[in-house]
Amino acid sequence: MDISNYLFLSAILFTIGAVGVVVRRNAIVVFMCIELMLNATNLAFVTFARINGNLDGQVASFFTMVVAACEVVVGLAIIVTMFRSRRSASVDDASLLKR
Amino acid sequence: MLSLALHSGTTATPEAVQFWFLAPLAVLAALGMLLVKKAVHSALLLAWVMVSLAFFYIAQDALFLGIVQIVVYTGAVMMLFLFILMLVGVDSSDSLVETIKGQRGAAIAAALGVGGLLTSLIARAVQGVPAVGLKDANNGGNVQGLASELFTKYVWAFEVVSALLITAALGAMVLAHSQKIKSKTAQRDLSIARFRKDSLGASAGLPAPGVFARHNAVDVPALLPDGSPAPSSISATLKARGDMLDSKIFELEAKEEEEN
Repeated sequence: MDISNYLFLSAILFTIGAVGVVVRRNAIVVFMCIELMLNATNLAFVTFARINGNLDGQVASFFTMVVAACEVVVGLAIIVTMFRSRRSASVDDASLLKR
Repeated sequence: MLSLALHSGTTATPEAVQFWFLAPLAVLAALGMLLVKKAVHSALLLAWVMVSLAFFYIAQDALFLGIVQIVVYTGAVMMLFLFILMLVGVDSSDSLVETIKGQRGAAIAAALGVGGLLTSLIARAVQGVPAVGLKDANNGGNVQGLASELFTKYVWAFEVVSALLITAALGAMVLAHSQKIKSKTAQRDLSIARFRKDSLGASAGLPAPGVFARHNAVDVPALLPDGSPAPSSISATLKARGDMLDSKIFELEAKEEEEN
């Protein structure tokens, strides 16, 4: 098996995550799709580390994980605040700037 | 795993078997995430994708990241997601109606474009390129190698990340905090409120439920002196659930016996 198959898998997962962000309406599912995209980039980083033979890619992947953890904490707090004021987690309901 | 031989960019057979078993399942789970209606099912499918990615990391000589993937992502992050889902309502499901006309088709077309572009780029850039492999880099152990990178070359980024983590924790606390508009009602306030009401009927406390000989339970209202049931004797929770019984069905048929 060619090692670039991991990169193809990463590209596919990234694309699926991007579609989810655009198509789904539930804010929590949109957020999970962002997590899927971050995970896909992590897989690419780990594979690049293996291709290049140094650990820089793995360190980058490690930092991505830390940033993703921060992002989840703040993002879910925002969703909870949104849910508290509107009783809904749908991204369509947060349209105050439109009116 | 560290001894897996690498010959010009190809992997050993066990790793190939693992890849071709897990990769289609991961892609299917990711697609399922898009298609299932309930958010909980999406979360479970995402957890599956994350676990299979952890297997890929470990197969690719990234032992530390594989463990971190399981502990941090499937352990902490997914639990946080499920926790918020329970807060918002477990059976919260999307309406699958398109709010913007033609958005779904455009999204799929754009996705095909992006996916095609990415795969063709990867194919042109790295396919057939000999992979060096991490045998030398992981010589003193994967964790030790990562640590020496992290605390020498990337020490500044590491410090900045710690600031980011503290900021995120503070931000979450600020966002989740809700200011109390009025002070909490204490026993004294409740007592005052009882006596300030229009009638003093409830000032000595509400009647206790269930005074029937045939069914002495909290779901039957007490009887007032005139024989009518007192709904205020039933707990508000039971009333809201609809667990209140009609007191009529427990009345003794005394009159009929007298007539006979």
